[in-house]
Amino acid sequence: MKLTLAWLKEHLDTEAPLAAIVDRLTMIGLEVENVADRGKMLAPFTIARVISAEQHPNADRLRVCMVDTGAGDPVQVVCGAPNARAGMKGVFVPPGAFIPGKNMTLGIGKIRGVESRGMLVSEFELQISDDHEGIIDLPQDAPVGANYAAWVGLDDPVIEINLTPNRADCAGVSGIARDLAAAEMGKLRDRSVQPVKGDFPCPVKVTLDFGPTPSLCPAFALRLIRGVRNGPSPTWLQQRLSAIGLRPINALVDITNFITYDRGRPLHVFDAAKVHGNLTVRRARDGETLVALDGKRYSLDPSMCVIADESGVESLAGIMGGESTGCSEATTDVLIESALWDPVNIAQTGRKLGVQSDARYRFERGVDPAFMLPGLELATAMVLELCGGKPSEVTVAGTPEVPARMIDFPLDELPRLTGLQVDRREIERVLGRLGFAISDAGKHLKVTVPSWRADVEGKADLAEEIVRILGVDRVPATPFDRGEAPRKPVLTPIQLRTRKAKRALAARGMLEAVTWSFLAKRQAELFGGGEPELALANPIASDLSDMRPSLIPGLVAAAQNNADHGIANVSLFEIGQVFRGDRPQDQLTAASGVRRGLAKATGIGRHWSAPASEVDAFDAKADAIAVLAAAGAPVAALQVLPGGPSWFHPGRSGTIQIGPQTVLGHFGELHPRALEALDAEGPLVAFEVMLEKIPEPKAKATRARPALELSLFQPVERDFAFVVDRAVNAADVLRAAQSADRKLITNVAVFDVYEGVGIEPGKKSIAISVTLQPREKTLTDAEIDAVAGKIVAEVGKRTRGALRG
Amino acid sequence: MNDLRPLETELLAAVANATDEPALEAVRVAALGRNGSISALLKTLGTMSAEARKEQGPRINGLKDRVTAAIAARRDALKELALDQRLNTETLDVTLPVPEPPAEVGRVHPISQVVDELTAIFADMGFAVAEGPDIETDDYNFTKLNFAEGHPARDMHDTFYFNPKPDGSRLLLRTHTSPVQIRTMLAQKPPIRVIIPGRTYRSDSDQTHTPMFHQVEGLVIDKSSHLGHLKWILQEFCKAFFEVDQVKMRFRPSFFPFTEPSLEVDIQCRRDKGETRFGEGDDWMEILGCGMVHPNVLRNCGLDPDEYQGFAWGLGIDRIAMLKYGMPDLRPFFEADVRWLSHYGFRPLDFPTLAGGLSG
Repeated sequence: MKLTLAWLKEHLDTEAPLAAIVDRLTMIGLEVENVADRGKMLAPFTIARVISAEQHPNADRLRVCMVDTGAGDPVQVVCGAPNARAGMKGVFVPPGAFIPGKNMTLGIGKIRGVESRGMLVSEFELQISDDHEGIIDLPQDAPVGANYAAWVGLDDPVIEINLTPNRADCAGVSGIARDLAAAEMGKLRDRSVQPVKGDFPCPVKVTLDFGPTPSLCPAFALRLIRGVRNGPSPTWLQQRLSAIGLRPINALVDITNFITYDRGRPLHVFDAAKVHGNLTVRRARDGETLVALDGKRYSLDPSMCVIADESGVESLAGIMGGESTGCSEATTDVLIESALWDPVNIAQTGRKLGVQSDARYRFERGVDPAFMLPGLELATAMVLELCGGKPSEVTVAGTPEVPARMIDFPLDELPRLTGLQVDRREIERVLGRLGFAISDAGKHLKVTVPSWRADVEGKADLAEEIVRILGVDRVPATPFDRGEAPRKPVLTPIQLRTRKAKRALAARGMLEAVTWSFLAKRQAELFGGGEPELALANPIASDLSDMRPSLIPGLVAAAQNNADHGIANVSLFEIGQVFRGDRPQDQLTAASGVRRGLAKATGIGRHWSAPASEVDAFDAKADAIAVLAAAGAPVAALQVLPGGPSWFHPGRSGTIQIGPQTVLGHFGELHPRALEALDAEGPLVAFEVMLEKIPEPKAKATRARPALELSLFQPVERDFAFVVDRAVNAADVLRAAQSADRKLITNVAVFDVYEGVGIEPGKKSIAISVTLQPREKTLTDAEIDAVAGKIVAEVGKRTRGALRG
Repeated sequence: MNDLRPLETELLAAVANATDEPALEAVRVAALGRNGSISALLKTLGTMSAEARKEQGPRINGLKDRVTAAIAARRDALKELALDQRLNTETLDVTLPVPEPPAEVGRVHPISQVVDELTAIFADMGFAVAEGPDIETDDYNFTKLNFAEGHPARDMHDTFYFNPKPDGSRLLLRTHTSPVQIRTMLAQKPPIRVIIPGRTYRSDSDQTHTPMFHQVEGLVIDKSSHLGHLKWILQEFCKAFFEVDQVKMRFRPSFFPFTEPSLEVDIQCRRDKGETRFGEGDDWMEILGCGMVHPNVLRNCGLDPDEYQGFAWGLGIDRIAMLKYGMPDLRPFFEADVRWLSHYGFRPLDFPTLAGGLSG
């Protein structure tokens, strides 16, 4: 919503300076987005007369002018404009002034050897138009020495308000003035409208015809004015409209635009000669179209409301009129429409057709129904004044009357909601000035809401009105007591897991990324997603179309992006939501990471201390185990099985689970086909674990640890090397060894894996070290040998492994 | 009796001349070994008369002791020498760099850090952390939050929708974290004190907007909390978060469908070469929206607005991260550029606490 200061002052009697008004507007909820104070910017520019214009001695295209500025002796100015000539009047600016169109401050200069003590300027240099053909050429009656902006009417500051959608009443200057008056910024002027008597009945009948469907038009008023002379509107009206960015068209149209902004009351004018017969307000019919005033053809449907005559649709109700019945300078008989429309329908129609207009802006917020008729009367009076003519009587279909809303407002509601204690007279004064009628009922006020404030529905709205006008600054900041609630941890298990997981992965040298929650459908499908219910209906781009089933594609893309920027060794992780379906419980928290190139868990890139080696599945496995451990998973209970989902390399990936029912995640090299589909190059490994899948640990009554048991006897370590088939898993060998004596054997570890010379092809050697921890006495050699024998037997039985010879 | 002095001189010279352990050992064997020269002398004692023995015994034993001591001293010296020689060869170029500690290389994203900071501040004021799904119903995202069907307020949110279900309903990506207010109020009885951080989405993308961003919301519902408490909480929050002693705030009336009264909050700041300093200067910067929870929202959650009341506020996590830590643009937050993450990210051990400082 835009207005000018002078326009505001037509409704508000105030001496307050612009800055104070602007500040108050913002502080009462009418946030000023911008103030264009052209008067201030153009203050140094004055009207001057060119006394003489001689050819510049050293330049063909320049002239040396003597300029009468109205102050002292004539000033010499070098000017390059083709239209500079003796006797003309133009706009002069002295040295030291800022030239907005050139974004520079003018100095005294010598131009080709001739001194120039000022400048004659073009409209472009003043930034008041794009015209830079020549200097401004003013009529001869322009007063020399006068301020140019003031003389031409450009000194009126333009205020732009970022109007919140609830304040339909402030979509007109009069409403803004009312708010300012309530906020003690002046006195509201009486701009009430007098009805204009009609000379004859309106010959065009209006029918509201919605059949059995809900009405989209509560009321519609129409009046004909015969014998108007349409043409350019007077300067003051053109200036008003131009200042707020509207193009003046002709008096009839300008009047409707003026009232739209002046009173927040949109109107429409039809050229009566182009309207066929009577008007019907109805739903559009399938297949109907309208070429609107913006020159575009709109296809209509029965959800939309139109005004039709006997030859078809002539206007898109409440949004935009039709081109064919628009008013031109040839118009002699004009039909003026002032109507009420269903706000929701206006919004929906506008959205559906993608058409924005000043009328839609107001009708979808809800205009004052009580001003439907005064708006028409005001338009009539202006048409008669500016264009002449004879008005008909007003014809009204439907009724604009809306019963007034009453709110019972307890006086303690204000302190209850806001903590603000104010005198009841102050409350009554504020509400009264905003147009609320108040009747007293002891500790309650009975408040009648004015017709223009459909947004005020209840007590809380009244509290807002009062605190808004009095100023939120008056609400005292009140310490908020945290109360007696015990200082317990406030995070849920998943929140704790998430934060620990992030720091654990970062502590492994990885960088946390945050990637889009959506990706291309092709990628979603590749990673087990792409279900139709997870596809956006209106994606912002085709590669951001589906909710992600996994974090890996986003991370792989990010790693590749970095590689494309020359950083090949990248380790990234993300902890975030993945989607298995569209229900809340289908959203899981994944912790995922990728390592690319030489970004090993032991260090990134080449290092002199060891030969460079590329990332492998064990880096990803180590990350996965680390993040699970940090998030509280029972590490000893984790089982790792070969293989993973289809996007992993079948032979170089693994699945982490606690029994087949609880799969926690996967790790490994990415499948070459998946990499290719992501336009990425390896070596690249990844892991993904689901934090929700980690079993909840049992709650403990106390924080005390179990007692520490320290054996008095030294542990014994024995090494074994088994030759097994290549397909045998190390985990099976370890499990077999462990099972030989669950009590005595406290640790089994693999310390070497070997294939090659000395080992039969298709076989491998796995060397393990077994720790025996005696508890009651030192073990004898015979006892140790007995356990060793059992270990060899168990491994042989379960893996068909034999001791390496 | 023969003179022992030449032998002693000879032996001591041999000891002194031994340049390594084996040579010294050879000298020892030659002198003190079974067939050594001193051993031979000692053996002669048995054949001597008591008188001669009395005289020769101390002489020969004295010789033995001196030679033994000389050998021991020489052995120690040789050992030292050998160690010195070994150490002389055992050198490392200790200027070779060691790998960087992973915990110094890794980074936590600024959004995670800021969420942890917010959690620390508000947990101290007695707030829990609530979360909700990204895929929401129209009912929770709009209707229960008092966005009337077709009202222009819905246009303020450019919403991502999913395709309609057979029953005509359609899910959407939440446009704000406020639906979690509804979920919280429906799930638990007041008093409620929660903050709600999370991902939010709007179909909007340009220099300053991304289709995905992060918000944090606060919600207090009880029987007495009012606008004055809200002002205090936000002031305390701003001071704590921006780590300044004073911050001047401006509360402007505004409009949100789900609060009444509604306010927008600006903080005073000074903008200087891309840096924003709070608690000084004379610019105002809008940082959050807030207000008293709208009676219709309370009703929609089964709470009587004449009995219960409270307030809510919301702000952009990415935005306050930018303000505090000086990132000039939003888009790189989501581009995972290693250089950006390394520069603007946080070390994993810089865990925000009120005791130790929020920004580590």
